[in-house]
Amino acid sequence: MGAGAAVVTLRNIIHSAVAMMVCFGSLAGMYALLGAPIVAAAQVLIYLGAISVLILFAIMLTQAGDANLPAPFHRQVPVALVISVVIMGLVGWAAIQTDWGMATQAAEAAVDAIATAVFTTYALPFEIISLLLLVAIIGAIFLARRPEDDERAN
Amino acid sequence: MGIEGYLIVSALLFGIGAFGFMARRNAILMLISIELMLNAVNLSLVAFNAFLPPDSNTGAVFALMIMAVAAAEATVGLGLVIAIIRTRQTALVDQYSDLKE
Repeated sequence: MGAGAAVVTLRNIIHSAVAMMVCFGSLAGMYALLGAPIVAAAQVLIYLGAISVLILFAIMLTQAGDANLPAPFHRQVPVALVISVVIMGLVGWAAIQTDWGMATQAAEAAVDAIATAVFTTYALPFEIISLLLLVAIIGAIFLARRPEDDERAN
Repeated sequence: MGIEGYLIVSALLFGIGAFGFMARRNAILMLISIELMLNAVNLSLVAFNAFLPPDSNTGAVFALMIMAVAAAEATVGLGLVIAIIRTRQTALVDQYSDLKE
């Protein structure tokens, strides 16, 4: 939680990225507490491993120097603050007010049951996601290609 | 901790992500905020899966799918941001005003 708040308020973007990694790690711990170890493992692999490194590389590629840091926020801060507080309040109020019935103890989600569900009931979304990842890779390569390579090819 | 605790943490995290997306000037920080919001939704999905239906794995499967989609989104988003930064030499979104009349 505190790490999540630090992500959006810190002035130096590298510090925010490290706070984001702390936040993702604690989320993985919460998944493990909720009895979903496979989701916790995927969180550690994908977010702590892949996405954090990707974002750190992007920051390294784009930040020229840290001499004069620009102001981190722009003029919409009051509006954004009001909207986000309203979102937090409404969703939190709904979560408190609703009677969740029997919900007291977290149920264990077995890994083999999840695997069976992924490859039988949700086989079509699984395949679609693989296609989506392929399209994303091709699109990222196309976007990140340097323009001079293009000219050399012609 | 009951389901309310997890849902409140998820709501706060989503609000923080929304605030960061609306208020930060750096394009990469906006992408990080989107990741925070996706993680908040993931947390609430896993919490619902653990607490509400006794034997069903739909929430965990959905959380895994959302993680894959988030990875794809982060890849394309960072590619776009790097391409824009390479042409505009700045990462601040309020200076991307070429389309303004």
